[in-house]
Amino acid sequence: MWHYLHQWASPKWFYQRSGRWLPWLAALTLLTLAVGSIWGLVIAPPDYQQHDSMRIMYVHVPTAILSESVYLLMALCSAVFLIWRIKLADMLASVMAPFGAAMAFLALFTGAVWGIPTWGTWWTWDARLTSMLVLLFLYLGVIALRGAFQQMLAGARAAGIIALVGLVNLPIIKYSVVWWNTLHQASSFSIAHKPAMPASMWLPLLVMIVGSYLFMVTLIMMRTRSEILRREAGMAWVKQLAQAPMSKEDAA
Amino acid sequence: MSSPDAAQPLMSLWQSACYALQREWRLCCRQRSEWLQPLAFFIVVIALFPLGLSGDLAALRVFAPGIIWVAALLAVLLSLDRLFRDDYLDGVIEQWVLSPQPLVLSVTVKVMLHWCLNGCLLALISPLLGVMLGLSWQEVAVLACSLVPGSFVLAWIGAIGAALTVSLPRGGVLLSLLMLPLYVPVLIFGAGLVRMVALGLPWWPVMALLGGLMATALLMAPWVVAYALRLNISTQ
Repeated sequence: MWHYLHQWASPKWFYQRSGRWLPWLAALTLLTLAVGSIWGLVIAPPDYQQHDSMRIMYVHVPTAILSESVYLLMALCSAVFLIWRIKLADMLASVMAPFGAAMAFLALFTGAVWGIPTWGTWWTWDARLTSMLVLLFLYLGVIALRGAFQQMLAGARAAGIIALVGLVNLPIIKYSVVWWNTLHQASSFSIAHKPAMPASMWLPLLVMIVGSYLFMVTLIMMRTRSEILRREAGMAWVKQLAQAPMSKEDAA
Repeated sequence: MSSPDAAQPLMSLWQSACYALQREWRLCCRQRSEWLQPLAFFIVVIALFPLGLSGDLAALRVFAPGIIWVAALLAVLLSLDRLFRDDYLDGVIEQWVLSPQPLVLSVTVKVMLHWCLNGCLLALISPLLGVMLGLSWQEVAVLACSLVPGSFVLAWIGAIGAALTVSLPRGGVLLSLLMLPLYVPVLIFGAGLVRMVALGLPWWPVMALLGGLMATALLMAPWVVAYALRLNISTQ
């Protein structure tokens, strides 16, 4: 068991394993996202109040969930890197930061687009919106701090610390709709309760959420692979890989 | 740091803390502008708001908690950039890291004294500014009380950022990008506290929350700051 886990910490092992899994993961992601978006955007019934404008929910909710999950994952990876000094954990964390920032931005953007027809305003200083904006700035801070250091190791550790410190903001974002009763509606989904929406509406949302998590895994895996190649460029196995023809790579 | 020849510390912890305090105090006395400037900044920023918004006291009273808290936050931020920088450039921090005394101790003494001359003074003059902005005496009292734990948390979170960016040539702007998102919870609770008093709501729970944040900051931040300083030294 420990041996198996330790193998995962090796960039070479990760590179070879993920290379084998990636096509399957990518195919599954595409399939889930395609099913979810067609189901949600075309087939699902329009809302009785918001009509077709609520369909953006099928993009908005997954991106919002992802932006928070990715932050948590990034902080966990940073903790693993700072405690056990596993290089791969930092590569994962460094790749997650821009992805999370993109998701936070998309959640804000789709929220604004959704806000115009339903609330009549695209922005308001509501607790959830403001805390989401803060999350975006947290991501930008992590990215900026990593980039500011000349030495990669110092940048990696500094970014790890600030990612961990930023964790304190996560519960505030999560519970902002519960603690402050403002414009943003409460979460429409939870594991413990039966959803208030009919099944024809929440099932496609579930598919979209699963699909975007798959998308996250696929994309982070792909970007980590290139990060591995970039950082380990001097290693013998990477040089070998670069010289070998493409077909050998899959067989490795 | 525990090198073999330093198995026995030269001084006890208490002694070295006293020496560190003496040093920091002397530095503060000789560089008064260090802690007077943020204070003056705090007052000037608050004085700008009535000019920019309106001189109407009834309107200002609504915004006063937010204005004072944001000004305090900016004043703390302003003072942070030089918190460790001079010591870093002089090589003092390197000596701290190498010395047998724990780095956490030197860091704690420095940040605590910094907070006393910065956050506590802000809290002390905030009643005057609160009254000038039309707050009632009760609100002013709560405002000053909330600024004490609030600025404590701000100082320690900021010390983490200052320690992280100490070796960067232009850390100042980056520091504000890093710190302001982390300051948001304190700002929300602090300014909300005064608003709760104005509405006649029970404000003790929020005060207790700020106190809890203060205790958490004291328990965790010194070690994080020490780690951050060490990482700026070791990866030169």
